[in-house]
Amino acid sequence: MKSLTELKAIKQKVTEVPDYKIVVGMATCGIAAGANPVFKELKRIADEKKLSNVDIQITGCIGICRLEPIVEVYTAKGERYTYVKVDAEKAQDIIQKHIIEGKPCTDYLICDDGEACIKNIQETKSFKKQIRIALRNCGNINPENIDEYIKNDGYFALGKVLTEMKPAEVIQLLLDSGLRGRGGAGFPTGLKWKFAAAAQNEQKYVCCNADEGDPGAFMDRSVLEGDPHSILEAMAIAGYAIGSDQGFIYVRAEYPVAVKRLNLAIKQAKEYGLLGNNIFGTDFSFDIELRLGAGAFVCGEETALMTSIEGKRGEPRPRPPFPANKGLFGKPTILNNVETFANIPVIINKGADWFNKIGTEKSKGTKVFAVGGKINNTGLIEIPMGMTLREVIYEIGGGIPNGKAFKAAQTGGPSGGCIPAEHLDVAIDYDNLIAIGSMMGSGGLIVMDEDNCMVDIAHFFLGFTVDESCGKCPPCRIGTHRMLEMLEKITAGKGEDKDIEKLERLAYSIKEAALCGLGQTAPNPVLSTLRYFKDEYKAHIYQKTCPAGVCKNLLSYNIDAEKCIGCGLCARNCPANAITGVVKSPYTIDKDKCIKCGVCMEKCKFGAIYKK
Amino acid sequence: MCQNCNLDENQKKLQEVFDKYKDTQGALIPVLHEAQEIYGYLPLSVQEAVADALEIPLSEVYGVVTFYTHFSLYPKGKYKIQICLGTACYVKGANNILEELKKQLGIDVGQSTKDGKFSLDACRCVGACGIAPVMMINDDVYGSLAVSDVADILKKY
Repeated sequence: MKSLTELKAIKQKVTEVPDYKIVVGMATCGIAAGANPVFKELKRIADEKKLSNVDIQITGCIGICRLEPIVEVYTAKGERYTYVKVDAEKAQDIIQKHIIEGKPCTDYLICDDGEACIKNIQETKSFKKQIRIALRNCGNINPENIDEYIKNDGYFALGKVLTEMKPAEVIQLLLDSGLRGRGGAGFPTGLKWKFAAAAQNEQKYVCCNADEGDPGAFMDRSVLEGDPHSILEAMAIAGYAIGSDQGFIYVRAEYPVAVKRLNLAIKQAKEYGLLGNNIFGTDFSFDIELRLGAGAFVCGEETALMTSIEGKRGEPRPRPPFPANKGLFGKPTILNNVETFANIPVIINKGADWFNKIGTEKSKGTKVFAVGGKINNTGLIEIPMGMTLREVIYEIGGGIPNGKAFKAAQTGGPSGGCIPAEHLDVAIDYDNLIAIGSMMGSGGLIVMDEDNCMVDIAHFFLGFTVDESCGKCPPCRIGTHRMLEMLEKITAGKGEDKDIEKLERLAYSIKEAALCGLGQTAPNPVLSTLRYFKDEYKAHIYQKTCPAGVCKNLLSYNIDAEKCIGCGLCARNCPANAITGVVKSPYTIDKDKCIKCGVCMEKCKFGAIYKK
Repeated sequence: MCQNCNLDENQKKLQEVFDKYKDTQGALIPVLHEAQEIYGYLPLSVQEAVADALEIPLSEVYGVVTFYTHFSLYPKGKYKIQICLGTACYVKGANNILEELKKQLGIDVGQSTKDGKFSLDACRCVGACGIAPVMMINDDVYGSLAVSDVADILKKY
């Protein structure tokens, strides 16, 4: 690539617009739901019917995982149709009726929360409330084809930066935009780059943190699978800004599709001369190497990640020195998260003033959330900062399934906290979430309903931290273990007076003393549940009951003699032979034999079995 | 797991990996990834070969292998089952799926069935939270699982 003119020529390269373009969502969730056979079937029928006016492509995640596999049809007239839950049979209908006969299959189109079916995703209520910057190309372009990225203004920001701007101007633009790191802590991106640019060294590095380890978060996976070139472009921009010629992407080995598409994207960018030597005919050169993680959550911490790239055990080290001065292989390094990078080309193209008008005073732009758990519309959303949690859960998320009551929303993964119903109207931004005892985190948002026990959830997160603690510093290695033991005791019904106080004291000590971000934030799930759901802890300790009916040791299954008709179905299904009785009169459960598996309750047709 | 057949073949492949990463900074982890691809796991003999080739102490290789959960010192089953116990799966009852898997296979987490067909591991989030609860068998992902699905899925293998 010698010049911007050359890039423009590729963009304008006249391609025949087909009568119909069919795209199949083929990110991990789409593939898991069966997108592969659908794609093959569409191709097969199109070949069989010798359809020459149809272009069938793959694309990344459009964000509505619960409705996968998704097939979209674009017409030459600019119409768009979103078909959901498509299988091979529906694929045949789509080709026959929509493409050949020209009549859209209205029965298979996307619906808006129980209302009549509409044409496409853009018309849904939940989509209209979103602003897509980081996800702009996800679900729209073929991630395996660099030309499609270029067609959507891809690599123009890099061209502009290299041919029209000085490195200091790039950094100033980012500072003006107010962009903060999307990995969780929210450090201003421009400032990070400024520090690294000021460091004097012949060799500097640009790293991309794609080690998305927070359970319940999959934003980065979607961007990598749906729009890998945006990351490469932004990393090259970062390289120019700080004076680096080498980038590393550290990506989880658990994301095979993302790894494949990144490798392909790097290869294509090199072929086009958008990575390599003398990019856009300037003296700027930049290369990117992929490094695979190997399953260690702590490697999402920046110093641990760099240690891991160096080929060592991924243990964090104390800061300072900060990576901007002494990072990877001892050289000045910047490390940004995938979503942060995905924002950068757009900010360069549209300007800082455009970006900083979106969002709140201190948190600019948008945030991508992976919405999961007990919520109707699971999937990926991108919202302007400042939207309330209530809007996210009820208007975009479609509320809680099965008429259950909302109990808490968990953000920030194992480092974050649980937000209760009383704070549903808090505007989501970095500072507000910290003020209510949680944090933005990388963007996992898990909704819990009345059937989830908050002590059990705290126990779950502590179990995670104990497993993932690298073992370097004792507060985290031993402290979290002791906290987990206390929680095990409480959930097993052996909690004692003063346990809550002990738990709190230990939690604050770990926060103060642990070496890295993982340890310092590990007690957060306990502290936030203690703050808002202390009654549940007390019920476990003093009344020996689990109000949500989750902790097995605190439960007993009982038969309501008035509702039981004595059919014996429960007794026949009980794996422990704990239920006895005489046909046509109420049965009883032997509590000593009962293993609390819940099969009887599931099987009973009369709702006669209850747990307490 | 076939340990002795194709020994020469595997050693040849391993040597190619060493050559490929000869000049790479921080080559240990990429080399171990590829070695595990070849052998299916990382027995001591392979770790020794890696240590020799990269000229680093065996203790350092072993330290790295045991630090990362992706690397295994023991052979895995022909079909590696990974049940996701991430938050989204957990709140949707992944624990019950795990219990059913244990019951059906007669093994605990971290073990393999006697015939070497299945191994069972719990993992933290495969990033398919939208269709929780999720499990993976080799590269196949199964989502929106119910306890009653488990037996049918296992029958496919």
